Amino acid sequence: MITIHERGGYTLNNHQASEKDFRFKIANREALLGIGLVLFNFIWWFAFAYGLGGKDPSEYTYVFGLPAWFFYSCLLGVIVMSVLVFFVVKRFFTDVSFDEEEYEDQ
Amino acid sequence: MNWEAAITLFGSVALIFFIGLTASRKETVGKSFMQDYYLGSRSLGGFVLAMTMTATYGSASSFIGGPGVAYNEGLGWVLLSVTQVATGYFTLMILGKKFAIVTRQYKATTLIDFLKERYQSKLVVLLSAISIVVFLFSAMAAQWIGGGRLIESLTGLSYTSALFIFVVTVLIYVTFGGFRAVTLTDAIQGSIMFIGTLVLLIAVIIAGGGISEIMADLQAENPNLITPFGSDGSLTAPYVSSYWVLVGVGVVALPQIAVRAMSYKNTRSFHLALMIGTIVVGVIMLNMHLIGVFARPILPGIEVGDRVMPLIALEVLPPWLAGIVLAAPLAAIMSTVDSLLLIVSSTIVKDVYMNYIKPDASRQRVQRISMGITALLGIFVFLMAVNPPDLIIWLNLFAIGGLEAVFIWPIVMGLYWEKGNKYGATASMIVGIISYILFQSFYPEPLGMHAVVTSILLAFAAYVSFSWGMGLKVVEH
Repeated sequence: MITIHERGGYTLNNHQASEKDFRFKIANREALLGIGLVLFNFIWWFAFAYGLGGKDPSEYTYVFGLPAWFFYSCLLGVIVMSVLVFFVVKRFFTDVSFDEEEYEDQ
Repeated sequence: MNWEAAITLFGSVALIFFIGLTASRKETVGKSFMQDYYLGSRSLGGFVLAMTMTATYGSASSFIGGPGVAYNEGLGWVLLSVTQVATGYFTLMILGKKFAIVTRQYKATTLIDFLKERYQSKLVVLLSAISIVVFLFSAMAAQWIGGGRLIESLTGLSYTSALFIFVVTVLIYVTFGGFRAVTLTDAIQGSIMFIGTLVLLIAVIIAGGGISEIMADLQAENPNLITPFGSDGSLTAPYVSSYWVLVGVGVVALPQIAVRAMSYKNTRSFHLALMIGTIVVGVIMLNMHLIGVFARPILPGIEVGDRVMPLIALEVLPPWLAGIVLAAPLAAIMSTVDSLLLIVSSTIVKDVYMNYIKPDASRQRVQRISMGITALLGIFVFLMAVNPPDLIIWLNLFAIGGLEAVFIWPIVMGLYWEKGNKYGATASMIVGIISYILFQSFYPEPLGMHAVVTSILLAFAAYVSFSWGMGLKVVEH
């Protein structure tokens, strides 16, 4: 592939170079974490909204005055995601340098 | 005309702009004008980054239109809107570090720069530039109409004079301030939105006699208002779920969002932005749309959805406070417009003019042209918004989904799949946009979902198959 990207595109398109750049490994892992989080978020949102909200409104239970489906799916969902993102970033995200010279020194 | 509210509204907006301009003045010497005007020299801190993402994305549609729809549809629309919480973390995590590293290596300052270096293809650049100019231009016109309407309903001025006031402030600001000033005001505007919507929500709950009371009123009027399915039961699970793509994960492909993902200073600010962004987007989206729903029993019978926000604020708050709180939606519209204006202008100046017309232009010349084009575009959009042609309204309906269908795979696969090449990117852009326009026109909800889902899937197939098929040929040469 390197034939068509001789300029500029080097690092991305040269397989070996991108494997060597340890920062890409970190970036890839963090992108996967992002996908994991969004899947979790979707399932949480969907299960509570349509699991609890699918019945007749007269049978709804309420939490803090809000219908239970809404409370768990939306309100609690936002809180849970904020906490989860906080935890994931603190625990699994790594600081890397964007400064090229500094990076080559390492 | 409500003078008290008008004075605090314009006062807050003026103060925001003053801070932005003063702060951006300091650091403009020494660095490349391009990097500075369009990217703020990649120096955004975490708080500013989170707020500018939120403010840019939270546009007239979420802040004026959204509560209006929620007013009519009930809690089902709030459910749909919280899908946007994903933009708070997903966008940055996907583009995230890789985008920041790669665009620094490429010395890219715009989305098109990145695509140009990645794919080395004039066709890709040209297709991108056309999509950005056409779609964002019409999105911008729609925002200006929203801004004009807000000032109109608060002050009682005619629509044209309201629009004029709005446009002049935005233009002066963007023309002289550039990206750094825009992101700084975004940060202030984001904070106003956060606090303002919270204040308004609490006031609405008190005015409605508590949440239980409001829910009982809504249920008595129409039980569907408190279900996830909308007032007439038409918000089905697949349809609402497809908004996870349109306003959730698909947002990675919007140029005004992508440019922000390359502009931050270091990974510390990036990590901070993830944590702040998620909570801020979540809280603002919940608040805004809940205000719309809760307003219904307090002020029944509002016919024009766009007037729900201004009217409920004037109803439940003292006028001076209503003015400050309404600065939030106005601020949202302004910051969306600001950044759209900058993107369109950078596309024309940087990606077309400097790439293909006059690559050796002097710094001063580029500076003059950048500011000139920005101002000219603004005036042009104003003329459109005074008397919007049907074409603009039609195009705006396609803007967000269309941009996502065009850009999502060239960006994401370009970053994460080495074998992706210009054939794949070109095919994916063409398939994405054509299928999206065809679906929207003739078959708007394939499989019960928003058309953007199908188009993105087709664009993916095109990207992969053309990258494979044509890529092999290139290697053999």
